[in-house]
Amino acid sequence: MIEVKNLHKSFGEAHILKGITTSFEKGKTNLIIGQSGSGKTVFLKCLLGLFDYEEGSIAYEGKIFSKLSPDEKRNLRAEIGMVFQGSALFDSMTIAENVMFPLRMFTKQSKSEMQDRVDFVLKRVNLDDAHNKMPSEASGGMQKRVAIARAIVNNPKYLFCDEPNSGLDPKTAIVIDNLIQEITDEYNITTVINSHDMNSVMEIGEKIVFLKNGLKEWEGSKDTIFKTDNEAVTNFVYSSELFKKVRKMYLEENS
Amino acid sequence: MTYLHNIGKYFLMIAEMFRKPTKWSVMKQLILKDIDDLVIGSLGIVAFIAFFVGGVVAIQTSLNINNPLIPKYLVGFATRQSIVLEFAPTFISIIMAGKVGSFITSSIGTMRVTEQIDALEVMGINSLNYLVFPKFISLMLYPFVISIAMFLGVLGGMAACVYGGYGTLEDYVIGIQTDFIPFHITYAFIKTIVFAFILATIPSFYGYYMKGGALEVGKASTTSFVWTSVVIILLNFLLTSLLLG
Ligand SMILES: Nc1ncnc2c1ncn2[C@@H]1O[C@H](COP(=O)(O)OP(=O)(O)OP(=O)(O)O)[C@@H](O)[C@H]1O
Ligand SMILES: [Mg+2]
Repeated sequence: MIEVKNLHKSFGEAHILKGITTSFEKGKTNLIIGQSGSGKTVFLKCLLGLFDYEEGSIAYEGKIFSKLSPDEKRNLRAEIGMVFQGSALFDSMTIAENVMFPLRMFTKQSKSEMQDRVDFVLKRVNLDDAHNKMPSEASGGMQKRVAIARAIVNNPKYLFCDEPNSGLDPKTAIVIDNLIQEITDEYNITTVINSHDMNSVMEIGEKIVFLKNGLKEWEGSKDTIFKTDNEAVTNFVYSSELFKKVRKMYLEENS
Repeated sequence: MTYLHNIGKYFLMIAEMFRKPTKWSVMKQLILKDIDDLVIGSLGIVAFIAFFVGGVVAIQTSLNINNPLIPKYLVGFATRQSIVLEFAPTFISIIMAGKVGSFITSSIGTMRVTEQIDALEVMGINSLNYLVFPKFISLMLYPFVISIAMFLGVLGGMAACVYGGYGTLEDYVIGIQTDFIPFHITYAFIKTIVFAFILATIPSFYGYYMKGGALEVGKASTTSFVWTSVVIILLNFLLTSLLLG
C-alpha cells in the first residue's frame, strides 16, 4: 500500500502537481490516467523518489519515503520493478542480459537458474527469440516488452509502469495488460500504471485515478468510470466515437 | 556561485562513489570492460603521439644548439627531461581528456538522457558507484600508459636523432643517462596518478549531472574537456611548485 498526501511538484515557475492525495492498494492494479502532459510521469517519478517535491508525503506501508536513510531507500527500491515510458534499457547489454541484470545484482542464483528465469519471463512477454539482440536492434514495442520482463524478473513487491502498452499492437497490448494483472494477483503486489489507453482502463482498472491540470480530478474503478457524470472524465474517456456508443449501450442496458 | 556549487557537488559525488559498493562479481566485469575501453583502447594513439613528438623534441633541440661548446649529448638529455617531466604525464593527459574524457561524458550522459541512470537508481543500485568507480579503478592503470609514452618518446627521439643525422647513437644514449634523478620519475608518477583521478571523475561529473537531450550530451562533452584540461594544467602547476620548486 502506497499513500500519497498533498503532493506538490514544480519545475521552476511551472507548478505541475498541485496537491495530490490518493492511495494505491496492495494486490490491485492502480491506474493513473489523464491527458498527455497532465503530470502522470512526473507523479510516478515522485513516487519513486527520482524527483524531489516541495510539499507532501509519500508512504510505503506506512513508512515515509523521504525520511528513509539512503540505505533503507535502496533496500526498498530493490523490491520495486519499474517500466519507464522510454523503456530505459541498458544499451551496452543484450536483451537477455538486460532482463538478467536485477537477478545478477540482487540474487545468489546460479547462471543456469538465472537463465531459466530469463527464458520464462521473456516467454511471458511473447519474446522468446530475441535473447541476443541489442536493444538498438529491437523495435519500440519489443523494447517495451523487454523493459516489462526486466521489471518483473525478480518478483518485485511494487510494480510501476509508465505506459506499458503504448507502441504495442492491440493484441500484444492486451497480452501485456493481462500479464500485469496476473502478476499483481499472483504475487499480491502493489501495481501502479500510467496510461491513456482506454482498453487498459477497461481491462485492468481496479482502481483509477484521473489527473487533470496537476490535480486529482476523479477517482474510481473500471466499474464506476462508466457511470460517472464528471464532465472531464467523460470527455477524456469518451473522446472516441466507439466509446461514446459503448457508453450509450451500457447506460441503456443498466437503466 | 555556480562554480562553488559545482565544486561542492563534485566532492559529494566522489564521496557517494565509494558508498554502497556494487556486488563484486558484477563490478569485476565492469572494471575489465573499462580497462579495455579506457586503457587498452588508448594505447595506440598514445604510442603514436609519444613516438613522433619525442622525435620532434630531439630534432628541435639539436637544431637549436649551434654553439660548439654545448656537448652533443645534450640532445638526449633534453629530450629525456621534457618527455619524462612534462610531455608524457601532462600533455598525454590533455590528449586523454579529449579521448577518454569525452567518451566517459558522452556515454554516461547518454545513460542519463535515456533514463538508464534512473533505472539503476530505481533498482536500488548506487549508480555513481556502478558507473564511476570502475572507471576510477581502471584508470589506476594509467601510469602504465604513461610509462609506455615515456619509453616511446625517448625511443622516438633516438630514432629521429640517429636516422635524421642529428647526432650519434652513443651521444644520445649518454645523454639520456646523464644527471638522472630518480625523484623526477616519482614526481612524474605522482602527477600521473592525480591526473588519472581527474580523468576518471571530472568527465563522469559532467555526464552524470547533465540535463536535457542529445544536443546537451555534445555540449557536456565539450565543457567536460575544457574543465578537465584546465584542472590538469592547474594541478600540474601546483604539483610542480610543491614537488620540484
Ligand atoms: N524534467 C522536467 N523539467 C521541466 N518540466 C518538466 C520535466 N518533466 C516534465 N515536465 C513538465 O511537466 C508536465 C507534465 O509532464 P509529464 O511527463 O508528467 O506528462 P505525462 O502526463 O506523463 O504525459 P504523457 O502522457 O505524454 O507521457 C509537462 O508540462 C512537462 O513539460
Ligand atoms: Mg508520461
